[in-house]
Amino acid sequence: MREFFAMGGYGAYVWSAYFLCIVVLGGTVAFSITNLRTLLRTLSNSQQGPSD
Amino acid sequence: MSLPRSDQSGHADFSLTTALHRLGSPPYVYRLATQLTPWFAWAAVACFGIGLYGALVAAPPDYQQGQAYRIIFVHVPAAWLSMAVYVVFAIAGAVGLIWHIKVGFIVARTSALIGAAYTFLALATGSIWGKPMWGAWWVWDARLTSELVLLLLYLGYLALDSAIDDRRTAGRAGAVLALVGLVNLPIIHYSVEWWNTLHQGATVAKLGAPSIHIDMLVPLLIMGIAFKMHYLTVLMLGVRTGLLKQEKRASWVKTLSPAR
Repeated sequence: MREFFAMGGYGAYVWSAYFLCIVVLGGTVAFSITNLRTLLRTLSNSQQGPSD
Repeated sequence: MSLPRSDQSGHADFSLTTALHRLGSPPYVYRLATQLTPWFAWAAVACFGIGLYGALVAAPPDYQQGQAYRIIFVHVPAAWLSMAVYVVFAIAGAVGLIWHIKVGFIVARTSALIGAAYTFLALATGSIWGKPMWGAWWVWDARLTSELVLLLLYLGYLALDSAIDDRRTAGRAGAVLALVGLVNLPIIHYSVEWWNTLHQGATVAKLGAPSIHIDMLVPLLIMGIAFKMHYLTVLMLGVRTGLLKQEKRASWVKTLSPAR
């Protein structure tokens, strides 16, 4: 297991590359979902309340 | 908003006309994107699961680079997608420009943001790979420079898009920029052949058999599909958001359930 994380001495490079990908790919999905949810909520609120 | 007309054209032509009319219909596209989102998302999860196992565990170490080469499994898919998304981005802009289909501009706008993210990833993971292999984080190599130009094209588009208030004008101006920038794609692809570069040559997308072992090629292709599914997931979400913003006052938006 330790050998797996060491990546033959290149662990810092390999894992930072994979970590960066997870952050960016996960971040874009989270950002898109939040945007859509917020907008849907705003739209449904403005229907009930007074029109802008 | 023009509704699909039944005209006197032939049957073969009619199906294409219908398809185009449907893509010009925001509620139809919104519904389609909503239905497709979970399929793309689950496909992405599955491909990332299998692909990461293949990339980090199953694939053998490289005979020259040892374990460091495993960066390839995220670097190359990110670079592929940075270019493939640009093609979609430019075509979608052109569709908006030529046929006045506003969904085209929405697809282009969403693609630009994701494309910029992939280009950044390709550059950043390449830099992390370059340090132990080449001894430098960055070199002004033809492949690296043309990929950096790609990032600047995406960012330039996004800046232009946010600077223009009118959505239609912004979409048109951006589409022209995107089409001009298409020139950069063959430059990126052939940069490793046209110039004597530090970046290694093509190992998969070239004439003849790929010069990469099958045990490495399979996880690489699966990771490629995983990135593609990720793109489509984010694209569907972005298209829905873009359509809702554009059609705020339309009656079909008012009938949507807030839970979705």
